[in-house]
Amino acid sequence: MFEKLLRIDRRIIFLFVLIALIVPLFLNISQHIAISPEVRDIYDSLRKLQPGSRVLLAFDYDPPSAPELQPMAVAVMKYCFKHNLKVIIMGLWPQGPLQANLAIESIKRDKEFKDNPPIYDKDYVNLGYMTGNELVIQGMGTDIQRTFPRDYLGNPTSSLSVMKGITNFSNIDFIFNLSAGYPGTVEWVLFAVDRFHAKLSAGNTAVQAPQVYPYVHSGQLSGLAGGLKGAAELEKLLGFYGKGTKFMLSQSFAHIVVIFFIIVGNVAYFATRGKKKK
Amino acid sequence: MEFGFTFSNTLAAILTIGIISFLWRDNPLYKLCEALFVGVSAGYWFVSLYYQNLLPQLFDKLGLTLIITPHADVKEGALQVLFKQGRFDERILYIFAGILGIMMLMRLFPNLGWVSRWPLAFIVGTTSGLYFTTYFQSNAMAQLKSTIIPLNSINNIVIVVGTVCGLIYFYFSKEHKGVLGGAAKVGTWFLMVTFGASFGYTVMSRMSLLIGRIDFIFSTWLGLVK
Amino acid sequence: MRREIPLIITGVVGFTYIIQFFIPHWPFNIMEHMLTDWMLIIFAFAIWLGVLNLMKVSLDRISKRTKDWPYALVTILGFLFIVIAGFFFSGGRRFLDPGTPFDYIYQFIYTPLSATMFAMLAFYVASASYRAFRARTKEATLLLLAAFFVMLGRVPVGDAMTSFLPESVRLSKFADWIMNYPQTAGQRAIMIGIALGIVSTSLRLILGIERSHLGSD
Repeated sequence: MFEKLLRIDRRIIFLFVLIALIVPLFLNISQHIAISPEVRDIYDSLRKLQPGSRVLLAFDYDPPSAPELQPMAVAVMKYCFKHNLKVIIMGLWPQGPLQANLAIESIKRDKEFKDNPPIYDKDYVNLGYMTGNELVIQGMGTDIQRTFPRDYLGNPTSSLSVMKGITNFSNIDFIFNLSAGYPGTVEWVLFAVDRFHAKLSAGNTAVQAPQVYPYVHSGQLSGLAGGLKGAAELEKLLGFYGKGTKFMLSQSFAHIVVIFFIIVGNVAYFATRGKKKK
Repeated sequence: MEFGFTFSNTLAAILTIGIISFLWRDNPLYKLCEALFVGVSAGYWFVSLYYQNLLPQLFDKLGLTLIITPHADVKEGALQVLFKQGRFDERILYIFAGILGIMMLMRLFPNLGWVSRWPLAFIVGTTSGLYFTTYFQSNAMAQLKSTIIPLNSINNIVIVVGTVCGLIYFYFSKEHKGVLGGAAKVGTWFLMVTFGASFGYTVMSRMSLLIGRIDFIFSTWLGLVK
Repeated sequence: MRREIPLIITGVVGFTYIIQFFIPHWPFNIMEHMLTDWMLIIFAFAIWLGVLNLMKVSLDRISKRTKDWPYALVTILGFLFIVIAGFFFSGGRRFLDPGTPFDYIYQFIYTPLSATMFAMLAFYVASASYRAFRARTKEATLLLLAAFFVMLGRVPVGDAMTSFLPESVRLSKFADWIMNYPQTAGQRAIMIGIALGIVSTSLRLILGIERSHLGSD
């Protein structure tokens, strides 16, 4: 029986995964989201900002990572708009600024913001994408308007009211980087934080998050939200429940299925190994 | 994103299912979607780079935009300043970047491929010069600095022992025997915990991505989940 | 000439950045600003090179009628579709505006294709966990246990399973501890090792000792 189990068709495993992810979408079970210290650090950093402060949101991800990072982006943006923080959007990934647009469109549809939707160049600006990876950050450290001469709509950056008085990172009060890999949080720490002394927190995909934990411990990164769990924690702390929280049940089921398969695989392996030895 | 059983969502759903169909086996629908993805992705980069990078960083600064489209809403570039006002504008130096960029494209022609070594050397030189200092400062020195901490708690001991033993494991100039071997062994334990945690996070990440697609099918497209 | 000039360019540009790091004043700061601006442009051309090369390879496949050549045609048509939409029908510089044809293609063609392509990994990671994740040795067991606790601790169900325990010792807190201490220590060792490797490789490149990127002839 165990030998049969080891030779199970992989499509059966695929089916289990699919069921584990679909079924919870139809269930309505409330779950307790425990807050980790590194996500609380992001919240603390945001809370310290005064109205009118300039927040740079770096969208360094593309649609595949959106399920993890988009909820973080929406939650942080909502917090900024609600507390009158001026948002400057940019991307080191070409898809990033469009993901930002999608986030803003969803905020505009939200009941809470319907009467008072975020307005371009009053509440936020989108500088678009610039190629060059870490060199873009290096350039921004000297002169942001020189690195981004125009916003994503083609307006000269110098003509934007949100950008008035902003030369480099010393005029930015807080940076929140949403990162799915290279270029991303590592480059922001290396260049914006260590070189130009910017204050940075990050939301990472779960794949990338473990690699940046040393920066949290060393204080180079003030706060980190990792993966969908990080998104759910951020939503809870900021008070804007969204897809991060909604998807946590499916995430729980998926982890249970994977753990179940690991246990079954090991039991079958050791049972058949014993037989082979005999 | 629109909501509901619209043409746009149906198109997106067909493409989603086309890619997922690979789970059953390789098939023409999957191959079609894959080829389309590659083409659209390349086109996306091509257009984005033109409008967001080359246009503001090169063509506007040189004045090429005004030459191509005389009524464009841009300031005079270096070429206009030079020929109309007879003044040297430092932005004219960007022409060298443009030349290096075109030299890069020469790689498309086998006989002229060697020309692309110049811009390639430029990229290698820049990244080497930048990485040399920043990685040493941020990933070596800053990390070592935050490892030199008092051994007054279990957590601090774990950090110090784990980092030092992990580094010893990567030290291959001497055979891992005796004290060095023991420390390297402890280092492997820490590395295993690190890889295990990374694996756990990878599972988490991959599942999240799939949840996103399933949510699109059942919530956005079919409207079965609120 | 074909190798010497690239070596000189690498050395001069590399040293400029290093010197500028320590002496951020004239003339090095001006040089660094200029070189950085140039790099942004060269990078864009480098990516264009990749895109155009893809088109070249695809056209080659079509002209030679290699196996599956119709898919190469789909690649080219997909490319032309978004490029024409982006350049001629999306309002020029405002091509990213919500509602433009370019934005439409991004939302309803590019997004589902790219997102699903990566989402498929979920199935394979589950299958790999079943087939390859074995507690064969002490080290493998450690790896497995760390993954087990992190996977459980990072979702609410982990806390629900240990709800009989005080909050400070529940699974989520244990997962936090693994991530913040043993995991961080291991990552830090890897990080320092890689940093030292990058530093030495950079120096080799700048000094012209490492030349493999220039090709063979």
